[in-house]
Amino acid sequence: MPVTAERPETLDVRTLCAAYGNQAPMLLEVLHDLQEKIGYVPEACVPALAECLNLSKAEVHGVVSFYHDFRTAPGGRVTVRICQAEACRSMGAEALTEQILSRYGVSLSEATVAGITFEPVYCLGNCALAPAAMVGSELIGRADGPSLDAAIEEAGR
Amino acid sequence: MSMILYVPDDAAALSVGAERVAKALAAAAVGRGLNLTIVRNGSRGLLWLEPLVEWDGPDGRMAFGPVTPDQAGALLDAIQAGTEHPLALGPTEEIDYLKNQERLTFARVGVIDPLSVKDYEAHGGLEGLKVALIMTDETICEAVLQAGLRGRGGAGFPAGIKWHTVRKQDAAEKYICCNADEGDSGTFADRMLMEGDPFTLLEGMAIAGLATGARHGIVYIRSEYPHAISKMARAIEALGEAGWLGANIRGSGKDFQISIRRGAGAYICGEESSMLNSIEGRRGTVRSKPPIPAIRGLFGKPTVVNNVLTLATVPVILAKGAEFYREFGMGRSRGTQAFQLAGNIRRGGLVEKAFGVTIRELIETFGGGTATGRPFRSAQLGGPLGAYVSEEMLDLPMDYEALAENNAMLGHGGITVFDETVDMAEMARFAFQFCAEESCGKCTPCRIGAVRGRETVEKILRGENVARNIALVGDLCELMTDGSLCAMGGLTPVPVLSAIRLFPEDFERASVLAAE
Ligand SMILES: Cc1cc2nc3c(=O)[nH]c(=O)nc-3n(C[C@H](O)[C@H](O)[C@H](O)COP(=O)(O)O)c2cc1C
Ligand code: SF4
Ligand code: FES
Repeated sequence: MPVTAERPETLDVRTLCAAYGNQAPMLLEVLHDLQEKIGYVPEACVPALAECLNLSKAEVHGVVSFYHDFRTAPGGRVTVRICQAEACRSMGAEALTEQILSRYGVSLSEATVAGITFEPVYCLGNCALAPAAMVGSELIGRADGPSLDAAIEEAGR
Repeated sequence: MSMILYVPDDAAALSVGAERVAKALAAAAVGRGLNLTIVRNGSRGLLWLEPLVEWDGPDGRMAFGPVTPDQAGALLDAIQAGTEHPLALGPTEEIDYLKNQERLTFARVGVIDPLSVKDYEAHGGLEGLKVALIMTDETICEAVLQAGLRGRGGAGFPAGIKWHTVRKQDAAEKYICCNADEGDSGTFADRMLMEGDPFTLLEGMAIAGLATGARHGIVYIRSEYPHAISKMARAIEALGEAGWLGANIRGSGKDFQISIRRGAGAYICGEESSMLNSIEGRRGTVRSKPPIPAIRGLFGKPTVVNNVLTLATVPVILAKGAEFYREFGMGRSRGTQAFQLAGNIRRGGLVEKAFGVTIRELIETFGGGTATGRPFRSAQLGGPLGAYVSEEMLDLPMDYEALAENNAMLGHGGITVFDETVDMAEMARFAFQFCAEESCGKCTPCRIGAVRGRETVEKILRGENVARNIALVGDLCELMTDGSLCAMGGLTPVPVLSAIRLFPEDFERASVLAAE
C-alpha cells in the first residue's frame, strides 16, 4: 500500500469533523457519528481525530475511554441492552438478564455471541413499564424472554 | 366519514406497541373507507394503560386502552357505530388518575401535537415568552424568585437566585444549559416533557436567556433517549421557523439560539460541572467548586444550569404570574412537582401534584399498590442516591424540608416501589456497585470507597463476619459522606444506610461456618 493512501476510516473522520467545523468541543458528537457509521471507534482513528480537532491523542483517548457508549472494538450486528437499575430490579430484571444470558451462554459485560452484543444499561427512562430493554433502537417495556427474543430476531433481519 | 385519533409516540408508549397500534388503525381505516387522521401526541402519563388511544369526538377526548393492534378494526367500528367498546375508559380527563392531578408544567403533555406551533399557541403556549419580551431582565428573574421555583434536578436551589447571579455578571457571552441527563432510575418526567411538549422547554430557555442576557442555549440530552433527542431537534427547527428562536425574535431585537448535545452513557454527567466538561468535549469529571457555574461555567462564562422541569415551569409562571404559582405547595416547597411512580407498582406513571401530597397517596391512591399484588416493603425516593423508606414513613409529605428531616430526599421526584420479595442487603450492594461503575474517579473516597463498600456488602451477603462488616460499611459511609467532592460519592451512603437502619433483618445473614 502506498504510504499516502488514507484508510477509509480516516476519511470518515475527516468528513465527520469537517461537518462540525473541526471544533474540539464537538468531539463527542463526532465519536457518536463515527460509531453509528462503522460500529465502533477504531484505535486507528485517534490520530486523525486529534489532528482534525486540534487535540492531543491522549485527550482523544481519554474521552473515548471515559464514556460507556464508545466501543473500541466491533460489536455484534444487534446490541441488546437490558436495564439493571433499581426500578427494573424491582420487577425481576436480574432474573430476566440471567435467563437470557444463560441461554446464549455469555456474561453481561459486553459479551458478543452469534452477532449479538449484550450490554448493561442503567435506566432507559421506562421505569413504570419495567423491566425495560433496548434492542437495537427499539425500546421494550415489560420485557420478558419471548418479547426480547422477538425483538432480537426482528433487529437481526 | 372522518375521525381524529390520538396515538402517542412517547417512548414508553412505543415500548409497549404504540407504533404497531397506529399502523393497524391506519390500515383498518383504509379497509373501511374511513378518513382517519392520527395525531401522534405525547403520553398522558397513565403508563399502565399504554398504548392509550384517544378519540376526539363530539364530547371531547375519549380514552381507550391498553389497545393492541388486533383490536384496531373493532375499535374503529365501535366508535363509528357509537357502541360501547370493552377498552373504553370514558372521557380522558375524567379518569381519576388524571382528574386528581394539578398539571401546570405538564398541562399540554399528551394533549397537543408536540410539533405543532399552532396547537401549542392554541393551548396557551408562548404566552410566557410574549410577556417576558416586554419585561426587563431583572423583573423576569424576580418573578421566578417570587414564584418560589426551586431546581427540579434534585438539589432544590432557588432558580431565581441563580438567574439573578448570572444576570449580574458582566460578560459578553453567557449560556443557558439545560440538564436533560435524567440518569436517576425511577425517573422519566424530563423525557416525557421533551417528547410530549418540547416547545415548553424551549420557551423556558428563551425566557432564561432574556432574563440573564444569554444568547445561547444548549440542551444536554442523554444518549439513552433517542426519541427525545429527535423530537427536540425537530422542535427547535419548528419554533425557529415560526420566528420564536434565533436572531431578532419576532422583531424584538433579542437573539436566542438553541442547540442539542448528546451525552454518551455516563451517569456522572448529570452533575452540573461534569455536564459542562462533557459539553466542552472533555471527559466528564467533576470540577471543584468554587467557582460556581453561574460565575464561571461553560467555556468559563457565566452559565445557568437548570433541569428540564425547572426551565419548562417558567413559561406558566410568567403567563399566570408568580402569585398564581406559589399558591400551590407547602412550606418552602412551592408549586407542583412531577412525581414519577415506577418499579413494582400497579398504576405506574406521571403524577403532577402540589408539594405536600403524601408518599402514601402517591403509591396507594394513585399507584394502586404493588404490581405483583404482594405486600409493599419499601420505596426508594429520588433516584439511586436517595433513601429507602419503610411502610411507617409513607404518611410523610413530599416536601424538601420534611423529607430532609427524615433522612430522605425528594430528588427528581421518582418513587420506585418494591414488594416484600426485595432483599435490601442486595439493594445496598447494588448502590455501591453503581457508584463504583459510575464514579468519575476524581476523588479517592468515592472511587475506592465504593469498590470496598461493594466487596464488604458481598461478604455480608455470604454471611462472613456480619457484625464486623456492617460496622465497616458504616465507617466507609462516613468516609464517603465527609470526603467526597460531589454528591455521587457523598450520597451513595444514603440508600445504603437507610437500608441497614430500616431493614436490619435483611443484613443478619446466617453466618457461614467460617473455615478460619
Ligand atoms: C451524581 C449527580 C447526578 C446528577 N444528575 C442530574 C440529572 O440527571 N439531571 C439534573 O437535572 N440534575 C442532576 N444533578 C444535579 C445537578 O448537579 C444540578 O444541581 C442541576 O442540574 C441544577 O439544576 P436545577 O437547579 O434546575 O435542579 C445531579 C447531581 C449529581 C451529584
Ligand atoms: S465523589 Fe465520585 S463522582 Fe464525585 S467527584 Fe469524587 S470521584 Fe467523581
Ligand atoms: S430503571 Fe430500568 S428503565 Fe429506569
